[in-house]
Amino acid sequence: MRIEGRAKVTGEAKYAYEYPAEDVAYAFAVTSDVARGEVLSVRAPELPGLITVLSCMDPPDIAPVSDAELHLFQSRTVSYRGQIIAAVVAETLETAREAGRLLEIEYAPHEMDVELDADHPGLYRPEKVNGGFATELGSGEPADAFAGSPVRVDVTYATPAEYNNPMEPHATLAEWTAPDRLVVHDSNQGSVVVRDTLAQIFGLDPEHVTVVSPHVGGGFGSKGTPRPVPVLAALAARAAGRPVKLAVTRQQMFATVGYRTPTVQRVRLGADPDGRLRAVLHEAVAQTSRIREFAEQAAVATRHMYRTPNLYTGHQVVRLDVPSPSWMRAPGETPGMYVLESAMDELAYAAGLDPIELRVRNEPETDPDTGLPFSSRNLVACLNEGADRFGWAHRDPRPGVRREGRTLVGTGVAAATYPAMTMPAKARVRANEDGTFTVSIAAADIGTGARTVLTVVAAETLKAEPDAVTVRIGSSDLPRAPLAGGSMGTASWGHAVARACEALLAKLGDGLPQEAEADTADELKNRPQYARHAFGAHFAETAVDLDTGEIRVRRLLGVYAAGRILNPQTARSQFLGGMTMGAGMALMERGVLDLEFGDYLNHDLAQYHVPVCADIPDIDAAWIEEADPHLNAMGAKGIGEIGIVGVAAAIGNAVHHATGVRFRELPLTPPAVLPALAAHGLTA
Amino acid sequence: MRPFAYERAVSAEDALNRHTDDAQYLGGGTNLVDLMRLGVATPARLVDVARLPYDRIEHRADGGLVIGAAVRNSDLAADLGVRDDHPLLAQAVLAGASGQIRNQATVGGNLLQRTRCPYFQDVTKPCNKREPGTGCPAVHGDNENMAILDPSPHCVATHPSDMAVALTALDARVRVRHSGGEDVVPLARLYRSPGDDPSRDTTLRPGDLITAVEVPGRLDMPARYRKVRERASFAFALVSAAVALDVADGTVRDCRIALGGVAHRPWRAHRAEDALRGRPATEASYRAAAEAELAAAEPLSGNAYKVTLAVNVITAALAGLGEDA
Amino acid sequence: MVSGSAPPVRANIVLTVNGSLRRLTVDTRASLLDALRETLGLTGAKKGCDHGQCGACTVLLDGRRANACLALAVAQDGSDVVTVEGLADGERLSPVQEAFLAHDGYQCGYCTPGQLCSATGVLREAARGWPSAVTADVASEPPLDDAEIRERMSGNLCRCGAYQGIVAAVREAAR
Repeated sequence: MRIEGRAKVTGEAKYAYEYPAEDVAYAFAVTSDVARGEVLSVRAPELPGLITVLSCMDPPDIAPVSDAELHLFQSRTVSYRGQIIAAVVAETLETAREAGRLLEIEYAPHEMDVELDADHPGLYRPEKVNGGFATELGSGEPADAFAGSPVRVDVTYATPAEYNNPMEPHATLAEWTAPDRLVVHDSNQGSVVVRDTLAQIFGLDPEHVTVVSPHVGGGFGSKGTPRPVPVLAALAARAAGRPVKLAVTRQQMFATVGYRTPTVQRVRLGADPDGRLRAVLHEAVAQTSRIREFAEQAAVATRHMYRTPNLYTGHQVVRLDVPSPSWMRAPGETPGMYVLESAMDELAYAAGLDPIELRVRNEPETDPDTGLPFSSRNLVACLNEGADRFGWAHRDPRPGVRREGRTLVGTGVAAATYPAMTMPAKARVRANEDGTFTVSIAAADIGTGARTVLTVVAAETLKAEPDAVTVRIGSSDLPRAPLAGGSMGTASWGHAVARACEALLAKLGDGLPQEAEADTADELKNRPQYARHAFGAHFAETAVDLDTGEIRVRRLLGVYAAGRILNPQTARSQFLGGMTMGAGMALMERGVLDLEFGDYLNHDLAQYHVPVCADIPDIDAAWIEEADPHLNAMGAKGIGEIGIVGVAAAIGNAVHHATGVRFRELPLTPPAVLPALAAHGLTA
Repeated sequence: MRPFAYERAVSAEDALNRHTDDAQYLGGGTNLVDLMRLGVATPARLVDVARLPYDRIEHRADGGLVIGAAVRNSDLAADLGVRDDHPLLAQAVLAGASGQIRNQATVGGNLLQRTRCPYFQDVTKPCNKREPGTGCPAVHGDNENMAILDPSPHCVATHPSDMAVALTALDARVRVRHSGGEDVVPLARLYRSPGDDPSRDTTLRPGDLITAVEVPGRLDMPARYRKVRERASFAFALVSAAVALDVADGTVRDCRIALGGVAHRPWRAHRAEDALRGRPATEASYRAAAEAELAAAEPLSGNAYKVTLAVNVITAALAGLGEDA
Repeated sequence: MVSGSAPPVRANIVLTVNGSLRRLTVDTRASLLDALRETLGLTGAKKGCDHGQCGACTVLLDGRRANACLALAVAQDGSDVVTVEGLADGERLSPVQEAFLAHDGYQCGYCTPGQLCSATGVLREAARGWPSAVTADVASEPPLDDAEIRERMSGNLCRCGAYQGIVAAVREAAR
């Protein structure tokens, strides 16, 4: 059971917006109605209870930061529809919202450019892609090798804009306790980075800024980088001279807090007749905004997957008048592995091989990207274990032959991978006089079970009962730690906690209380070089309704090799959660671009569908025991993201196996599926 | 949200008297409050009619029903007589929204809910239904889930109710109270085509109050509601069909077919019904009848799939009933 | 353009909240959700979408599960409201709460209060023999099997994807 479980099921667990504050005022963000243009005027309504209005007509005094999304109200230029261009502060929530509605804003609209196109003249190669990876990498002579390969797959896939949609909208309660002291309760994935950013923007000593975030209602990347919300709340509180609460609406989240960029990806696979890869080329095109470059690293996972003498991966982006894309659960791997693993399935058919056998034959001995040895790599074990559990052995590979009533049924498989990172962190542990221990670290629990897992790590290292350990997280005043993102939270925090506990153990002979700290920066800098990645395999069974094009997932299985699993219950929940989001990606999630107005049209949870309980039937996650001594004190790899990677490919491959139709654009909704079935003469 | 006065009516007369030009009746609020928060609806006064004494379902000996307008959707679907005599209606209600919303939404409010067209719901964009004369961006914009039957160049929105589709198949009528007395209006006359005034969903005049829905006696033929949507639950229909089929000696004696998600109103497929009566009870007949109905379809740039879908859904639903018959 | 100067309209209402009589003054525009969270300080019910599209605000309103974001507070005058804070009997958690803990039917916890109130309502609805959209024969009183639970819990989104645990929890609580 989770440490904070009782608080969460009784309603005691407080999220950012829910902290009481004396004399609190309410802010509401106002967003632009044009995709590109200039704000000419902002006129406030006469409204009892309206305290103040913030806008670019009267730019507040703040210092610039690298992310221009946070540089609120400094420019009259509108860079995308839905950009925050003003805010109102009022006595009540109802008045704030009404004031926002009545705020009159005049624009000079300019012609806009919002549509991603693989031939867009504005495409360019960014200096680096997200994660700091090289934009282009090549080895051998990929194009020639591909052209000369006996078996070839040359396919282009498209993925749509997808939205993180954590259940808790981004929210902040900001309070200036002195002219140079700021306390915010904020919904984020890392209190330290929010603290540092606020300090920079407001010109404050970081020690004078406290960011408190004990409970966070999900993030999936959208709360990983500071968003405009805490900045705006702090600005509003400064202007109003009172504590101010701000939450963006669900609708506003579709423009203001990031999303997964749409992509167009071309993959070329050249192989020998026995399926051994001669050439792999993966080219990815994505969009970014005018004010913040975010380059989704969609082709980077391909650098680690399969053995090939000729490999090319490259990325291009184009700046459009669209909201800034950002991290969404496994950025890069999720869209990229969807395409690579779909293309591998196409290659399996082209070579007449079982798709698992194809992957086994192309298993590399060392990392294709760096040539380094893998710290551990058990993709094949995951594929085999999954095949056993899923009943793959008796699968008839022929597509389109399993009819059940008015449906066609099929199964599919795809591989998964995600980097296993451990980042520097600090932690402090105290042995109290009553025999208990207190662990302190500025970690975040966004639903991952961080508190629970860090308690396990500390108790194991201290050889104490978990009940004797209290873990304090979720505040920037605690020892500095990286954010909950990139599947590196538990690995990084746990490593620091373990090291601090080891240091404490050495002092325990000297009587109580005792305290010890750890900083893992030096240790991690001097680690031996390995390619450190988690691997996995996803299996799906789908039923395709021939009358309607409705696709339902019947079974979904994930098998993972992710180092040591520290807490089976919370790990399982994370895997299943990733798989669920992957099913949403495959079947329903899509931001619909409105070409006339330049925004994503379906900006709420009734129109942007995420899976409901009825969409997720028989779903299971398993893992193989993997002892990897090259990772961290626990031997753990992160698990927050690998659960989504490749799921859409497994489902898409299952749909192909069911129908014989290869869909190369997500999601697989009836409007997309039914015409294709009809075009292939598939009817009930 | 604009500030508004709130008044709780104690009787139909009281409600009519309290209704003013800038007022709206409030039922369960599941759509109206949503629209007020979006700024789509801006009433200055709400007259709460949810607690009027129209919260009963009367059962007649022939299976006929008089459903009070304030009956909650979930109570309608849970009513034993409704489930026995009009399973089609219970199925349609249960196919809509979520358990929570069905507990809150009233029958009258369900009938009068507004379209979920994304343009209608976004006050920063033009919409003839919301602001007459501003245009309909859906005609050339994203129209994947817009109407294919009887559209207008001024509006291509669809009616979102599942319940109303079943009631349309069942020949239901509504009781409407107004200052001049009471009318009984068939659903076919309650709902209107968009024409050149899509701002009006129905033929009701301002202040008219639906007090009940009358459903004629039981159908005595198997019936089924089939809803197609993008996820397994809690989503509006792409296309839905309420069908009933009476087969004797391999021949269709009678049938009912109504469609949702295809038009500005729940769509009674009279052409299909006429084409099917007297025909052999085979899938080929069902498909031919469905195609006869959809021959009139005028799909837009992005919703031609709905023509196929509607044909298939009618065919499959009837075939399912044919097997039971 | 609507005149911006109309002052808020306020109303006095009485609610029974988690067994206690509460008198409060609300803006007529306030949802029951905002009245609970901002006026009464009962922040258990969550705001996930404010439009009845996610279920995070689910409470028991006169004994039935309802979306508090779509209910105007003023229209609930005289009603009985139970929020997640009222599900336990003192220190003793309800069977639904216990089952969610045991089956890890949550991760971030933000949708959890709504899931719990919804599940509590589902059990009552099932006990009364209510059918659902997946009930083959709506005239029957279906057993609360997994397919029924999934359909009935579909008004409560969980983006963390804890559905497997949620279904297991409701199944256990139904026993």
